[in-house]
Amino acid sequence: MAVKGKNRIESLFERLRADGKKALITFVTAGDPDLPTSKRIVRELERSGADLIELGIPFSDPMADGPTIQASSERALRKDVHIKEVLGLVRDIRKESGIPIVLFGYYNPVFNYGLKRFAREVRAAGADGVLIVDLPAEEADELKAELDRNSVDLIFLLTPTSDEKRMRLVASKASGFIYFVSVTGVTGARKSLSTDIPAYLRRLRNFTSLPVGVGFGISTPKQAREVCRSADAAVVGSAIVNIIAGMKGPGKSADKLGSFVSGLKRGMSRP
Amino acid sequence: MKKRTKGQKAGAQDRRTSSRVPDRLGHFGIYGGRYISETLMPAVMELEEAYLKCKKDPGFRKEFAYYLGEYVGRPTPLYYAERLSRKAGGADIFLKREDLCHTGAHKINNTIGQILLAKRMGKKRVIAETGAGQHGVATATVAAMFGLECEIYMGEDDIKRQLPNVFRMKLLGAKVTPVTSGSRTLKDAMNEALRDWVTNVYNTFYIIGTVAGPHPYPMLVRDFQSIIGVEARRQIKETTGGLPDLLVACVGGGSNAIGLFHAFLDDKKVRMAGVEAGGEGLRTGRHAASISGGRVGVLHGNKTYLLQDRFGQITDTHSISAGLDYPGVGPEHAHLNDTGRVAYTTITDREALDGFKALTLSEGIIPALESSHAVAYALKAAREMRKGSKIIVCLSGRGDKDLNTVSRAFNFEI
Repeated sequence: MAVKGKNRIESLFERLRADGKKALITFVTAGDPDLPTSKRIVRELERSGADLIELGIPFSDPMADGPTIQASSERALRKDVHIKEVLGLVRDIRKESGIPIVLFGYYNPVFNYGLKRFAREVRAAGADGVLIVDLPAEEADELKAELDRNSVDLIFLLTPTSDEKRMRLVASKASGFIYFVSVTGVTGARKSLSTDIPAYLRRLRNFTSLPVGVGFGISTPKQAREVCRSADAAVVGSAIVNIIAGMKGPGKSADKLGSFVSGLKRGMSRP
Repeated sequence: MKKRTKGQKAGAQDRRTSSRVPDRLGHFGIYGGRYISETLMPAVMELEEAYLKCKKDPGFRKEFAYYLGEYVGRPTPLYYAERLSRKAGGADIFLKREDLCHTGAHKINNTIGQILLAKRMGKKRVIAETGAGQHGVATATVAAMFGLECEIYMGEDDIKRQLPNVFRMKLLGAKVTPVTSGSRTLKDAMNEALRDWVTNVYNTFYIIGTVAGPHPYPMLVRDFQSIIGVEARRQIKETTGGLPDLLVACVGGGSNAIGLFHAFLDDKKVRMAGVEAGGEGLRTGRHAASISGGRVGVLHGNKTYLLQDRFGQITDTHSISAGLDYPGVGPEHAHLNDTGRVAYTTITDREALDGFKALTLSEGIIPALESSHAVAYALKAAREMRKGSKIIVCLSGRGDKDLNTVSRAFNFEI
């Protein structure tokens, strides 16, 4: 259980900061390929060194995602995984693990579920934060009020296109951490990342003391190490989802996933 | 239509409705807004700023008017459909002939406006989504005229049923990219166009084809299309000496309907009907009537009525007309529905085909299947209205692109 007044996300970053370490955030779509496997995958991610889990809520029209996560969302939808099932998965994980969990999704399913009910049940299930890709700061007040009431963080995105005015706006509403999207584009593994990340984060830190995670496109230990020179966390999604998509026998791919994630983690802790 | 409490007040309220929406952040009542990823926020804000500047700029307005006149062929006629009216036996039916616009539909009014904006903003590349292909053709056309690179996203299923338009776009030098995700129709094409935009945001202008999407699109597309109603209002007064009793237009996203309605919103005696695609009937679930058969939700940048399942997943839609086959509707329509200013109704595939046939045989005008929905409803409504009353139907496009679909539906070879 989180210490009163401090949730798992805050505690995580405080601990890492004290140790001079960076966080590895991993994304998987809840219910891909099915709920029991998702649970095993999350446990494997944690064992291999993930510090925070982003769980994708499947959506029929994932406009901000590249082909990898689109396909993953479709696989989960074929298993009838929606918000209720995602929350069930969180409850299930919570029986065995205190790893911070952020739900990652699109606004329509959440809006349809009811903001009050959603916030209450997210809290009850034991998730720590929510990130809604298509909910910019301007439209987020209603959801934020409900999440605040339940001490759940609303994580916001900033991107290479966001100017200082937007940095200030987002910083004024964000809690937990800020997710900096490293490229202009959709999610998906990329060979090379932008070189402007450090300069951008330097500017951003004038407006916020929250930890900053960098994601979109990170798929190798080297890239993770690179971004963590200036960021507090690296987010890896599509590269992990790709491994899950290639799963044939459950045993083998869990091994592959485990060694991939521990490789990322090792890469990040190298000086 | 919802009842009004005081007749006098209604007019005043409507005046506010028309002039005050959207608010600064693009809200039409509770609808509209900007529900997009952060990457695109600066882009839509830049677009809004550029548009508001152009709107006040007499030079821009003059250029827009020039192309509408000399290139699109405006004003389009308001044609009294005498034989069609006689067939209905009631009100007189007037057709606002947007089918006579260059490229064969009203879509080009908007693409001219947006490409002029793109040029002023220094963008080198334009992208668009398209369903029936009319907006794709209109975009490819203006891109060719102004020499900009152009890529059109179109669902694979729509490509099959609208092949002539695909060929036209390619002839015009556009790249047509088939979209194979989801239901492979208009909504998926829009998803893919948004993915392109988010990736190429620095050099690319996204020309949205309807009054939906994040602010300022619903507002600026409305403004560019409102020429339809401005002309129709003047024309009907000139020819008949008075205002119409009823306006009828089909509604997918709703750009031709907003275009016709907007100039009349303050004329409180003018009733308006927005005709959604009833598909195989509302009860079958196979339709595309977002207002009549949907619930409020958020998709493609705006809050509006959506066709969705109980989990908030967007459902597949069905309509015989590709241009109406979309699970959402422009936010201003959602607002006009809730205020009661416009009545939204549906016409089925079968009824639309009857409307198609009726207009073709009585007037020698082959309408688009989208517009056939409006024709079919107007025929029904005219019967119930007294002689001498007047209906304006927005004949938003011509039917050449639909000949394959129609010949299949009527079981004959062409």
